Amino acid sequence: MSKTVPVIIASLVGFLMIFAFFSPQLLWLRQTAEDWFAIITTIAMIYGGLTLCFHHLKKISDSEAGWGFSAVTLLAFGVTVIVGMLKIGVVPETARNLNHPWSGPFLQEGGAFWWIYQYLFSPVVSTMFALLAFYVASAAFRAFRAKNVEAILLLVTALIVLLGQTKDREITTLFLPAMTDGSTSYLPIADLTEFIRKTIVTSGQRAIMIGVALGVVATSLRILLGLDRSYLGGDE
Amino acid sequence: MSSSVTILDRLNVLDRRWIFLAMALAVAAPILLGIGSDESPSPPTKRLFDRLEELPEGSRILMAIDFDPNSAAELSPMALAFTRHCCLRRHKIYFVTTWGTGVPLLDATIKTVVQSEFGRGDRPYQYGIDYVNLGFVAGDAVAISQLTSDIRKARSQDMQGTSLDSLPVMNDVVSLQDMQLLITPSAGFPGAKEWVQYAGTPYKIPLAAGCTGVQSTQLFPYYPDQLVGLVTGIRGANEYESMLASKYPVPYAEMSKRPASLRGGPQRWAHRLMISLIVLGNAIHFANRYRRSSHS
Repeated sequence: MSKTVPVIIASLVGFLMIFAFFSPQLLWLRQTAEDWFAIITTIAMIYGGLTLCFHHLKKISDSEAGWGFSAVTLLAFGVTVIVGMLKIGVVPETARNLNHPWSGPFLQEGGAFWWIYQYLFSPVVSTMFALLAFYVASAAFRAFRAKNVEAILLLVTALIVLLGQTKDREITTLFLPAMTDGSTSYLPIADLTEFIRKTIVTSGQRAIMIGVALGVVATSLRILLGLDRSYLGGDE
Repeated sequence: MSSSVTILDRLNVLDRRWIFLAMALAVAAPILLGIGSDESPSPPTKRLFDRLEELPEGSRILMAIDFDPNSAAELSPMALAFTRHCCLRRHKIYFVTTWGTGVPLLDATIKTVVQSEFGRGDRPYQYGIDYVNLGFVAGDAVAISQLTSDIRKARSQDMQGTSLDSLPVMNDVVSLQDMQLLITPSAGFPGAKEWVQYAGTPYKIPLAAGCTGVQSTQLFPYYPDQLVGLVTGIRGANEYESMLASKYPVPYAEMSKRPASLRGGPQRWAHRLMISLIVLGNAIHFANRYRRSSHS
């Protein structure tokens, strides 16, 4: 019973969304389902936050390996939630709301939450992304080597695309003689890059996308028909 | 002979921190020296630019800022350029984000362009009349679906808590189907793909996207039928800024007004370094092979 009811709800809503997509008469039903989705997502977010806390509290109480990271996670989570919910450092934005200190937006410039976003979150995630450049450069030097035919193909393609991505593609004009009509001849690196992108990469990507879409259709049908219940957390 | 062997041996055990240092210099030097680079437009970028030029003044444009600081280095310049172009053409702009962490970047885009550059003068951009900040709509792809059927179902108030019904810019606007163009500089989920699947294609709303360089392969299959334009990475943003500079030289020909063009310099030098490292790595590889074959 505990699994039958959720499966029936999932099937009903799933099929409703499919039919509503093709039938404008069912638009109101789709909108109702979307409203419910918003409500359930919010509840799920609270539940997710609580699960996160319990998971890490257990790791700390059991003194598991890496419990220090759990402590940092909990501290960061707790501080962010409290600062955001209490709107610490936020001031009223209009004269009408002067007596209501919480009336300003939680992300108000100068507020504590804004400060956390601006000076902790933003630099940390930007740094993580920027580090990629260093590791890619190191990998290009150590691993990107012409060891076999496939590697050579990859290497040549990468060099063309890398060169084609910047204005340097025009440098290739310098080493070639002028055409008979006097115009500058050039190695069409830009055209080659476009060819690789438009023809080779896009066709490959389309094939992958169509394959994935067919897989999604098959998996979705299994879920809607109740054949796949793994999303309920069991082994079925 | 012995010195060449020594060089090869040294290169074989080269500490990767030297490579890190070289990359740091390749990126930092052009930034510090302010070395930028122009770009000639590619067809997907030019198509979006032309579309914004062709739309009549006062057209409704939804600007979905769907990214966070992770990819802001690539996407913020294009968000600024798109917004700037919309303002220059006097379009009505509806700002929104489906990313909770994208709200401050949305605010920054409005402050930097709409309020600072177009908030004064003879015809200043006025909040509620020429643009609105719808803020964050929660629900990922479902939020996009809600916006396509009824914006007020997804957000009944703007970011400042004002009812949408009291804003003149929202008059006659029920859903995304009342927009003339959707533009989304986006970094992941939900992003351009979801806007295509839930808004652009099913309701035939013209949609254009900006994306990071690595995402371009996933989005190019949608161009040109489902995306009227696609601006990719810092190069695409640079192309867009270069077109803006050539069409509106005052004041956008100035390098200081073009963050993407300024980032074209570091990108150029970083790519040069990468190519050099690949060539050097392979030279070492073949030298080692030659050495092994001559020893055996």
